[in-house]
Amino acid sequence: MAMETESQKAFHVDVGNLLAFNPFHSFPSLPASRDELVKECLHEGTKLVQAVADSLFNLPSSEDVDGPLVKLPPPTTKLPREKHLPKPKPPTKWEEFAKKKGIQKRKKDKVVWDEQTGTWKRRFGYDRVNDDKDIPIIEAKMTDEPGVDPFAKRQDEKKKRVEKQEKNRLQNLKQAAKIGALPSHVQLAATALPITGTQAPPKKVTKDELGNVAGMAATSTASGGKFDRKLPGEKPAKKQGKHRKFLPVVEGSGIGSREKEQTESVLNKLISKHSHEILNVGKAVTMYNVKKEKKARNKRNQEGKFSSATNKLKPKKLLQKKTGKKGPVSSKKGKAK
Amino acid sequence: MSNNEQTLRFCSSAIMMRIKTPKNGRVRRELEKRAPKLVETGKKTLILQGTKTSGTLNGVLSEIYHLKKGGAVRFTRKNDNIRPFESGGEASLEFFSLKTDCSLFVYGSHSKKRPNNLVIGRMYDHHVYDLVEVGVENFKSIESFNYDKKMAPRVGSKPFIAFVGEGFENVDELKHLKEVLLDLLRGEVVENINLAGVDRAYVCTAISLNKVYLTHCALRLKKSGTVVPRMELVEVGPSMDLVVRRHRLPNEGLRKEAMRTAKDQPKKKIKNVSSDAIEGTIGKIYIPDQKVGDVALPNKAKGVKRERREAKKKEANERASKKQREESE
Repeated sequence: MAMETESQKAFHVDVGNLLAFNPFHSFPSLPASRDELVKECLHEGTKLVQAVADSLFNLPSSEDVDGPLVKLPPPTTKLPREKHLPKPKPPTKWEEFAKKKGIQKRKKDKVVWDEQTGTWKRRFGYDRVNDDKDIPIIEAKMTDEPGVDPFAKRQDEKKKRVEKQEKNRLQNLKQAAKIGALPSHVQLAATALPITGTQAPPKKVTKDELGNVAGMAATSTASGGKFDRKLPGEKPAKKQGKHRKFLPVVEGSGIGSREKEQTESVLNKLISKHSHEILNVGKAVTMYNVKKEKKARNKRNQEGKFSSATNKLKPKKLLQKKTGKKGPVSSKKGKAK
Repeated sequence: MSNNEQTLRFCSSAIMMRIKTPKNGRVRRELEKRAPKLVETGKKTLILQGTKTSGTLNGVLSEIYHLKKGGAVRFTRKNDNIRPFESGGEASLEFFSLKTDCSLFVYGSHSKKRPNNLVIGRMYDHHVYDLVEVGVENFKSIESFNYDKKMAPRVGSKPFIAFVGEGFENVDELKHLKEVLLDLLRGEVVENINLAGVDRAYVCTAISLNKVYLTHCALRLKKSGTVVPRMELVEVGPSMDLVVRRHRLPNEGLRKEAMRTAKDQPKKKIKNVSSDAIEGTIGKIYIPDQKVGDVALPNKAKGVKRERREAKKKEANERASKKQREESE
């Protein structure tokens, strides 16, 4: 296979990338078989790799545990970057002001003498200097209004200062984000705009509340939420199934009459609630007295006759049937018996 | 308030913005890794496929993934909406690149018009920078090579790269392909390298005006007279013919911006080292106080033995002298 022999052996070698390039080789005629092509390529490749290794192994090396370590020179082939160059952080508003005024940064001590307690305390944090809770007494001044709580006022002022600081911090970060120099660990996220005119932040629903609501919504289905498709990780509703049991409307004994009883009790409660306005106290009192006398009479008769016994054997009258004006008085009477 | 972030809400007049900082150290370190740096090290590769792939193409993609195990992400599902050469079809790619932090991608697809198609592309700031479309022919996978398994290259070792052929110099498309292949095969950019750990080489030969033969070989270092060993290449890995079909060069402005390098950083001051005009480099060493008295004695028994011996001798002497005195008295 005819092949040009390279007269100049100038390979472009980039040791930093372990790269070698031979720009002078060419195939005037493609080799007949694939194997020969492969062999030719490997042969050329070996020469290039040898050239790189020549430069590589002649670099000054330092002995390491695994083997000789060499310091590679920086690569000469220029390749495009994957991300933009990091931009320097713009000065914050305070920094600009300080530069203009010539204010120097001072090194601050870790612990500061606290006048209030007479000890050395931290500058900020857990047990700090000038803490609001260490002040026992605030002297009243002439300028103070009578109804104002000075401790609460101090706390409010601190809150305002903190809010102002946070606002300034946000403004500084927005400025940095505008030129693309936001610090890597900070992200600015836009929160939702309030739909109503008020500036109140929307109430955040807790995990439990959400679960309850989901359970409530499930019961609105016919099967009480039993066959609803659940999200992964969703727990079953606390009170599964239907919450109300509708009794059959057909009248009868057993379950049938329970509906009647239910409605009766409901009606009793409803009417009894408002019955204090329409209660005829006098009549209720006389009724009560009459019943009491009857009871006493029955007792006296009991010693003589046995009709009282038969009276006792008689089934008790259903007092629930007595609705209307009797209300709470009658029910009380029934219980007393 | 949510639990995972320290959120500070503030109602401003325009848009309500809040500052999100990670409360977790792990998340903070991850974000720092993804931030743009002055000196960049390795690029991660995203390997994915299109609507239809062929058997050979699947093999190619998985072998490329194996070769770049440390810094590559492989997606195995098909993606219908990725068309790199069309203007709207890159949105998905850019989104994936943003989420996985990969700036190189290899997209494989197969169709009648372009069989065994590979699109190798690069991203700048998670936007498409340039693309090269190649067709794969005569693919031979790793399994089809017989070689002594002992000299198989290890994962993650820095490879030698060799380009052969004047086509890489003269033909535009091949020049572009050379640059992209260098970026793809390079791996991490390191300052120090262990000479015992060089064991692989990629050889790319320009066979014709648009064809390149790429193969991956293991290196055998043979003894030679000098420090430099004699290199021997043994084909181990995948080998394929790449036929250049289309390519897209970056815009001039974008290229200029991407090629910008930072000025050399001022050398970081090494602590406790100062240089003097007269004495040269001076170093300061701080030694903590040595409490010589509290140091534990190494062989206590020996010292005690000697002390005991001497004490015994003294006692014996005293007794002897006492006896003598008694006798004398």
